[in-house]
Amino acid sequence: MEYLIHLGILFTIYAILGISLNLVIGYTGLLSLTHAAFYGIGAYTTAILLTQTGIGFFLSVILGIIFVGIVSFLIGIVLSRFSDDYYALGSLGLNMIIFSIFLNWQSLTKGPLGILGISRPELFGINFSSNFMFLILTLLFLILTYLVARFIVNSSFGRVLKTIREDEKAIQVFGYKTFYFKLAIFVISAAMAAVAGSLFASYITFIDPSSFALMESIFIVAIIILGGLADLRGSILGALFLILLPEVLRFVGFPSEIAAQMRQVVYGVILILLMLYRPQGLIGEYKL
Amino acid sequence: MTILETRNLIKRFGGVHAVDHLSIEVEKGRINGIIGPNGSGKTTLINLLSGMLAMDGGEIIIDDVQKFTQMFPHQVFFYGIARTFQNVRLFEQMTVLDNILVILTKRNVFSSLFEKHTEYHLKKAEEVLQRVDLWKKKNQLAINLSYGQRKLLEIARALVTDAEIYLLDESFTGLFPEMRKIVSNIICELKQENKTVILIEHDMGLIRELCDYIFVMNEGKLLVEGKPNYVLEGKEVIEAYLGK
Repeated sequence: MEYLIHLGILFTIYAILGISLNLVIGYTGLLSLTHAAFYGIGAYTTAILLTQTGIGFFLSVILGIIFVGIVSFLIGIVLSRFSDDYYALGSLGLNMIIFSIFLNWQSLTKGPLGILGISRPELFGINFSSNFMFLILTLLFLILTYLVARFIVNSSFGRVLKTIREDEKAIQVFGYKTFYFKLAIFVISAAMAAVAGSLFASYITFIDPSSFALMESIFIVAIIILGGLADLRGSILGALFLILLPEVLRFVGFPSEIAAQMRQVVYGVILILLMLYRPQGLIGEYKL
Repeated sequence: MTILETRNLIKRFGGVHAVDHLSIEVEKGRINGIIGPNGSGKTTLINLLSGMLAMDGGEIIIDDVQKFTQMFPHQVFFYGIARTFQNVRLFEQMTVLDNILVILTKRNVFSSLFEKHTEYHLKKAEEVLQRVDLWKKKNQLAINLSYGQRKLLEIARALVTDAEIYLLDESFTGLFPEMRKIVSNIICELKQENKTVILIEHDMGLIRELCDYIFVMNEGKLLVEGKPNYVLEGKEVIEAYLGK
């Protein structure tokens, strides 16, 4: 049971990351590879505040959102001037810079040694130290993230985001300064990733930079492409699929000496087949 | 009254002068045709007038007052200019209705975040889509429309801005006769509403039928301008199209 709860918590955290990144990639068409960096900044903010100050988890989440909001705003000012491949390359570079900061600012982040002893949350006497209670907490955050994202994509603002994805120059001619729309959704998405980071730090109780490297950004991109671009439910399904699939493959019964490698091969083949026969993702309609 | 003017407008692509010291004056309420052989700079001119391309020299004057030595795409809407594109540029993976509704909504990030489309927006969208006979297709994705319908949707998208100046770049190309009739009627209605139209077109019959005034471009320069009957029979125009 504990194992299933553990998978459930990981799924909800990645679903939050998927939903938030889908706002930028799926709805706005900006291939951002910086998401793991904001996830990491959220995690480090919570980890540092919980281990070095007396403040509680929920306040650390709010401070993490604010801090990531500021950082993503500054990064977004630079990135929002780009589009297409230049945007992807710029965001990739920024992810690597932030990863290097996690790794090398040892006085603050403790570098590769990571931060230990991050506490679990407590609110109004409700203790979230058990995994089951923590799952409920992450589910609540997932529902909240989904509702906020749905509100955004159903608004006029959301419709403008889609036009930026379709033809940014064409919508500009109709009086839209797309720079501000791109910047706004980038900051909102990063703030949501910060929440996922805070939950992750508090759940695992230990973080180090390896959890927030470029591969993590690519994994989140895979979640939304697999689930369906520009479909919030797709992000949830993508997270479920990519978190559960490696676990399901554990029970296939490969010979023990090659089991790990075979699982990776099967995992890769399934992803390739899905992209060949369902390029718009499991439930998406929009194609890159 | 002059509503739009260019003075010594220049656009170069490398060594090629796509628009070469072009000075024209466009009168309000007229249907203006721009004709010329392929590569004469017609579409480049429209791209300059709509801020899609940066000018290399000269200026654009709107309403005799607003002078620009540089225009940005997002500015032109606020000066009452709307355009269509030679190669249709719709928001392909959005519905026909959404292609129109997005033009009707607020331009500010925060206002648009808390805005939902209203009855007024829907009514306006219906009105404009009925005009181009696309209301029945309102829930279809733009990408699934036929070429002609896509052209009509682009015109509807320009119309819904209620602009003063319409830049129509080869809006008749590839249309069936019935669709051509719809576009002709719209252009005539715009004239009745005292709006200004700048129309790029290769069909000389349409130019003669619709336009009050014609600018002929060749190699980025203004070759000749005037009333259709005078211009279309001019020796320079025939030579520009057919050679000496």
